[in-house]
Amino acid sequence: MKSYVPNTEKERREMLAEIGMSSMDDLFRDIPEDLKLKRPLDLPEPLSEMELRDHIRGFVYLNEEGGPLFRGAGAYRHYIPSLIPQLAMRSEFYTAYTPYQAEMSQGMLQSLFEYQTVICRLTGLDAANASVYDGATAAAEALLMLRDNKRKKKVLYSAALNPDVITVMHTYAHCAGIELVEIPVNDKGTADVSAITANMEGAAGYIGANPNYYGCIEPMAEIAEAVHAAGGLLVAYVNPISLGVLKRPADYGADIAIGDGQTLGLPMAFGGPYVGFMAATQKLMRNLPGRIAGETRDAEGNRVYVLTLQAREQHIRRDKAASNICSNQMLCAIMSAMYCCTMGPAGMREVAEQNIAKAHCLAKKLCAIDGVKLRWPDTPFFNEFVIDVDNPDEINKALANYSITGGLVLKDGGMLWCATEMNNADEFDFVCDIIQDTIDSMGGEE
Amino acid sequence: MRSEYKLIFERSHEGRRAYDLPACDVPMNRDDVPEEFRADSDLRLPELGEVDLVRHYTNLSRRNFGVDNGFYPLGSCTMKYNPKINEELAPMFDDVHPLLDTGMCQGCLALMADMEHMLCEICGMDAFTLQPAAGAHGELTGLMHIRAYHEHRGDTERTTIIVPDAAHGTNPASASMAGFKVKEIKSAPDGGVDLDALRAAVGPDTAGLMLTNPSTLGLFERNIKEIAKIVHEAGGLLYYDGANLNAIMGIVRPGDMGFDVMHINLHKTFSTPHGGGGPGSGPVGVKKHLIPFMPVPRIEQKDGLLTLNYDKPESIGKIKSFYGNFGVIVKAYCYIRSLGAAGLREASENAVLNANYVMNKLRGVYEIPHDRTCMHECVVTPGELMNYGVNTSDIAKALIDRGYHPPTIYFPLIVHEAMMIEPTESESRETLDEFVEAMKSIAEQVKTDAAAIHAAPVTTPVGRPDEVTAARKPIVKYEEAKAE
Repeated sequence: MKSYVPNTEKERREMLAEIGMSSMDDLFRDIPEDLKLKRPLDLPEPLSEMELRDHIRGFVYLNEEGGPLFRGAGAYRHYIPSLIPQLAMRSEFYTAYTPYQAEMSQGMLQSLFEYQTVICRLTGLDAANASVYDGATAAAEALLMLRDNKRKKKVLYSAALNPDVITVMHTYAHCAGIELVEIPVNDKGTADVSAITANMEGAAGYIGANPNYYGCIEPMAEIAEAVHAAGGLLVAYVNPISLGVLKRPADYGADIAIGDGQTLGLPMAFGGPYVGFMAATQKLMRNLPGRIAGETRDAEGNRVYVLTLQAREQHIRRDKAASNICSNQMLCAIMSAMYCCTMGPAGMREVAEQNIAKAHCLAKKLCAIDGVKLRWPDTPFFNEFVIDVDNPDEINKALANYSITGGLVLKDGGMLWCATEMNNADEFDFVCDIIQDTIDSMGGEE
Repeated sequence: MRSEYKLIFERSHEGRRAYDLPACDVPMNRDDVPEEFRADSDLRLPELGEVDLVRHYTNLSRRNFGVDNGFYPLGSCTMKYNPKINEELAPMFDDVHPLLDTGMCQGCLALMADMEHMLCEICGMDAFTLQPAAGAHGELTGLMHIRAYHEHRGDTERTTIIVPDAAHGTNPASASMAGFKVKEIKSAPDGGVDLDALRAAVGPDTAGLMLTNPSTLGLFERNIKEIAKIVHEAGGLLYYDGANLNAIMGIVRPGDMGFDVMHINLHKTFSTPHGGGGPGSGPVGVKKHLIPFMPVPRIEQKDGLLTLNYDKPESIGKIKSFYGNFGVIVKAYCYIRSLGAAGLREASENAVLNANYVMNKLRGVYEIPHDRTCMHECVVTPGELMNYGVNTSDIAKALIDRGYHPPTIYFPLIVHEAMMIEPTESESRETLDEFVEAMKSIAEQVKTDAAAIHAAPVTTPVGRPDEVTAARKPIVKYEEAKAE
């Protein structure tokens, strides 16, 4: 049996004797006897390190993945420079707790301050927090920010947000007593701006995605105008890797920018851990939830970083806190800042351009197949797009035979495809051949 | 010792680069995204060569302190050793997309299903969800179950959650976020729940009680059966804050104590690293009557395959994207599989032994406000050392100079000048002895040279920060100095 307890049996007995006890059971004498478990826990036999390695490999083999991937929908495969996971494994970072003792936690606090600066630069906004759990919970927290800042309990959101984000918002809104109003998608695949205007009365603001769930680039400037005209706040849910090219939230007047930082150097890892980022204008800074690192000085005048504005937080305000969040996703946040600093201005532009180019190339090739149509051909998109085709499930089955993961089949029967810098033209041609064959063979059966 | 360290933005030189992408093998057409949607300029990010970037973060890490650096007895945070093998195994799943067709991710689903079963056994609960991302997130999720339970019974008057004044700050904050009113009850003189106060507090508006057991004082709540009876008879449910689960694995189970719903902090009890503040993972366990309300999707067996079932009409919904912090779950799974039943019990026994050992040795030097057998942590105060003009914070800073991460300070709130010491089972006897000696030497120095204690820490890169100015004039991002 593996044990991470260093003390030997003999040492444990000696320690017990020193505190006047004769057995381990004495330590638990405060626990009522009839509550105690009278048997060992029924758990599988312990594994040695060597056996554990094989055991986990067994799960890996049960998965059938590894081939070309054309699926995004909230989790994306991007290239992760080698230095990021290696630096994240500096154990001074990853085995630390939240930096409560600033003097011995300057490394983490400065890294957070740098992360917040990176998020401010990506979004163009004034202040960022030190992260929340993921993009969906960032959206839920943004709802509370809107409610608390505007003292209104109605919020509009775009139907073109990721469905997980929408579901999580509804879960939180139900408890917070917030009324959510869904703004439908128009025939261009983007939010119906006239519906925003029509529903803004009494609303604290609007949350919309750009690019949206379907990959479409939204008319954010027009949306901002509609929201602001009615006195509301605009929350932009953005894919940060798009911001090397696309307009930044502050460019179109967003008051709050949120999203998931997974695309910035974090692995897909079957859905987590990722990182939710939140940035806001100066006016809304004190409505931000969770940890915030700030700069100050020590008595000798040295620059020092600390956790600050803590009067918003649960350990001070308890039931009056802006949020209950305590642990967040610090290490993931720092990894995403490492990614942005590794890429730099040119790299962030280049990777975004490559995503645009690859997705458009794939879309063109797919739509050259008879029976495949781009659903919104006139709407610009980033690295995802929706096609309509008969029997999408059959197409994915055929692709799976070649270890290829095709686009996600949507509830309405469409297919949401994604291409990133990790995909290449040869893959596109191969995929198109398989789809062509599949369509031909299905046609033959009719 | 003192040194400032340049920000990464202050190391930028135009034109330097650390990134490297292959040439794009498809045409790049600027028209694909029209100008009106394009930003006017590149992002204002730093430009560094790879070696300088690596040194920046490596040197930053050296200005930090983790469990791998030394003793970290941060009470309530369970800073136990984070096994290296688990760090190596979790990334084996890095390339698995969360929305693969379920037939293609059976391995991930099987691991999660096994994990749920093991957590049920360890805690005596009937079902677990792995979706919550941290402890506070688990609390919120658990409270949503309580809310849904009452709502579905048409019991809409139950709007109050009772929280002892010794509770973690997240408890009242989570209750509030779940839409409840919070009623705080005073603790009894022994630090436990005051049964009379509880009886007076419960009523037709009681939705539930949140409790940590062992309590935040590190003491087992001996009246737990009576507490459960009072709350249940009043029609409320009992929530277990699992922050202190490390004291009781294999010894007593929350489910057997009468709790209806609970969360676990995998980053505490189950050894996953805390990452300097996250990612954590906060699975929630429930008894049978709360299963219908669990977040979707649920992992279920169907025709010999594991599937994700979203069709749960009474579910509270989703509380996070996808299925939870999977990478963290894998590490905790590895920990449980390495230790097995006997190993988990051994961990808890030694955690409690170490805490009692330290408490015993500090007796007479520091004050122990609730002096009885403690569980995995103990709470001490400076006591008469305060007469020399030092407080808990000063002692914490003096510990830093002696090479230790200080205990949790000023918590629980019901103990004046509290220091909450949680050694965990990871520490050897000599580490504990040396820590006790350090605590004693500080107590001596307080009496002979209080000024030196006030000056601490002197061994760190920076001295005590001016936190008041930080909050009053917040600087939360870097701005290049403007050219005159």
